Amino acid sequence: MRLSGAIPVLLVGVAMASGALAQDSWPTYNGDYSGRRFSTLSRLDTTNVQNLSLAWATRFTGGAAGVGVRISSTPLMVDGILYFTSIDNVWAVDARSGREIWRYYRESKGDMPRTGNRGVGMYRQWLYFLTIDNYLVCLDAARGTQRWIVKIADAKQYYFSSMAPVVVKNHVLIGTGGDSLDIPGFVEAHDPETGALQWKWRTTPAKGEPGAETWPDEYTASAGGGSPWISGTYDPALNLYYVGTGNPDPVGAGTSRKGDNLFTCSIVALNPDTGRMAWYFQASPHDTHDWDAVQTPVLIDGEIDGRPRKLLVQASRNGYFFVLDRRTGQSVVSAPYVATVNWSLGMNEKGQPIPNPAKEPMAGGTLVSPPVSGATNWPPPAFSPQTALFYVDASEAYSLMYLTDADSRPEGFGFREAALGGGKSVLLAIDYRTGKPAWRQEWRVSTGPAGMLTTAGRLLFTGNGNYLVALDAASGAVLWHAGLVSGLSNGPITYLLDGRQYVLAGAGDSLYAFVLQ
Amino acid sequence: MKRSVIAILILTAGVWKVAAQAPNRAAIAGSKEDEAAVERGGALFGAQCGACHGTSARGTATGPDLIRSVLVRDDEKGELIMPVLRDGRQEKGMPRPGLTEAQMGDVVAWLHTLIYGAANRGTYEFLDILVGDAAKGEQYFNGAGKCNTCHAPKGDLAGIGRKYDPPVLQSLWLNPRRTRGGASRAARTVTVTPASGASISGTLESLDEFNVALRDSSGAYHSLPILNNVPRVEIHDPLQPHFYLYRVLTDVDIHNVTAYLATLQ
Repeated sequence: MRLSGAIPVLLVGVAMASGALAQDSWPTYNGDYSGRRFSTLSRLDTTNVQNLSLAWATRFTGGAAGVGVRISSTPLMVDGILYFTSIDNVWAVDARSGREIWRYYRESKGDMPRTGNRGVGMYRQWLYFLTIDNYLVCLDAARGTQRWIVKIADAKQYYFSSMAPVVVKNHVLIGTGGDSLDIPGFVEAHDPETGALQWKWRTTPAKGEPGAETWPDEYTASAGGGSPWISGTYDPALNLYYVGTGNPDPVGAGTSRKGDNLFTCSIVALNPDTGRMAWYFQASPHDTHDWDAVQTPVLIDGEIDGRPRKLLVQASRNGYFFVLDRRTGQSVVSAPYVATVNWSLGMNEKGQPIPNPAKEPMAGGTLVSPPVSGATNWPPPAFSPQTALFYVDASEAYSLMYLTDADSRPEGFGFREAALGGGKSVLLAIDYRTGKPAWRQEWRVSTGPAGMLTTAGRLLFTGNGNYLVALDAASGAVLWHAGLVSGLSNGPITYLLDGRQYVLAGAGDSLYAFVLQ
Repeated sequence: MKRSVIAILILTAGVWKVAAQAPNRAAIAGSKEDEAAVERGGALFGAQCGACHGTSARGTATGPDLIRSVLVRDDEKGELIMPVLRDGRQEKGMPRPGLTEAQMGDVVAWLHTLIYGAANRGTYEFLDILVGDAAKGEQYFNGAGKCNTCHAPKGDLAGIGRKYDPPVLQSLWLNPRRTRGGASRAARTVTVTPASGASISGTLESLDEFNVALRDSSGAYHSLPILNNVPRVEIHDPLQPHFYLYRVLTDVDIHNVTAYLATLQ
């Protein structure tokens, strides 16, 4: 079927619920609401992927001198047009040719970290874009003109915004990043027509609210961090929006915030109409290593012990793989997915790792795995219902973490890291029923985690070094690769136009589109 | 990212002993405030405001933490802080500090530097990292660590404690690949074995998932594609024993060995 472009969001909901609809477009950050990054397209498969070749490659130039373009956004593809971003820039590009149709540019101001931008959300003919200095912008998808702009956070507090907004019904769901100074995190819903705030959910509790008992006092909780900086997922049947929250503040010096520090480093289920929390699961109680739990909470309809289950799966930055019942948040499986993890004393009865206090950053340095950047990070994972495997690019590495702020009232990061050598990048295909890998591809060179795409052609696309690589999703056999000008910098997507299945990958300032010739 | 971390580590290693709370040169430079004004402002603040806000402005039981103050963080040129310094906050029990305009400007400069320093981890300085026991470190060096298999305190390691500040020293012995100029001393070699024919050995020039390049003993350059694990590529890394250590080392071992190496003056 073909999307009209007018209401992609409703169609995605249908596609996810039925699980069988052919999906020729890519209308949301993850392709659909589930976060699986599984495409039903199958013209390209394990038998013909060897013939995949370049349709076009385009290099994009940004708006400000000195600011290089890095495409870490996942493009949307709706009605033959690609919509994607880098910091300060939004592009509309012809998906058949790579030709730029329009570019929106707005220069951000402030000292906040300029991490990246993950893309746009779409509702009817409107696009939604977050600027790194914390404005939500609505653009006309046809022309790239600005319809409205609203401020959502203060860049002087070192908030920054990078996520692709998620549109659910008439709600534009957003969050920010930021933990350079001690600040509160939040998830917000805005009206897609006007930008008006509909509700705001704070990632840390106020006095008397559930979770307040996990902080020393309200003052500490009120600047306790938890920024949710990656797009969440949505189950239309349960009407729940699932999003991961960031690490607590101060980041590496935990002395002034004794306790579990809810709801930081957690996966939370929110009602998108009200912002009310249905449940939470905390991946890292009292984190002191900057291991936010924002990695995509992937929704899969699976089977455990012969029973059909509505599940949520996350390969978390802290090195643990979590499978939850997405109706209740109850743990189903918890297991480390990298062998080097050394910071936990085991698992508690709720399926949470128990942090080892001896592995908190120390003045003399603490040897910790995973490093601050995590066992994985923002690059999106994937899940294939065909193979029942969850794909994530993991990092097996260590670093030294030094406490630098021994004050009883630490501020900001409070620690620093010295990277160590010998780390490995490992592509894992994890059986969600056990948390154990069915196969693993240990790359020769560690180049950091890369995004994933899996398709009904039993293919898995990802990157290593400066290559885009296609593997057999079931066996892990490498079937095809193509050299890019730099490493894969986003989650690849696939779409169907004129009967041809495209695979699109971002590498630095360039997009590459491949088709069967 | 890893590279920038180590670069910062090396750049700032020379000032690692400076007390943590004073704004350091990196924070002053980053905040673009005048260094003399910052110094005067810090002294004034300590004398006039420290009793309630603490000498590091992080608050006490009687005065709030100003590093967490939205007003202080939002201030750009004194436009928000100066009115508070001029008039005090009588309703909250803050008296008028009685500073001149120039003195207020100095306090503003100092506060800006503190905010910048807290928010920018590249400015953070190490605490005293020499927390280990040098004698036990020596035992580990000659015992369980087997460091003496390759290294000698009066040989290649002579004077290493003088050459590097402790944080750099600790990073370098755990991760010697980072040593500037160390590449030639610890170059990785490679043996490439094709499906048929003789294998080639030499110094590794580059390696990725689908290509290996090496230079043989005659100086000739070879580049070979890798497909389906053919040819077989065996890397010999003289530094590999360091990386293996991560799985068995305790933090106490690390601190002890660093303390021992620091004695090799």
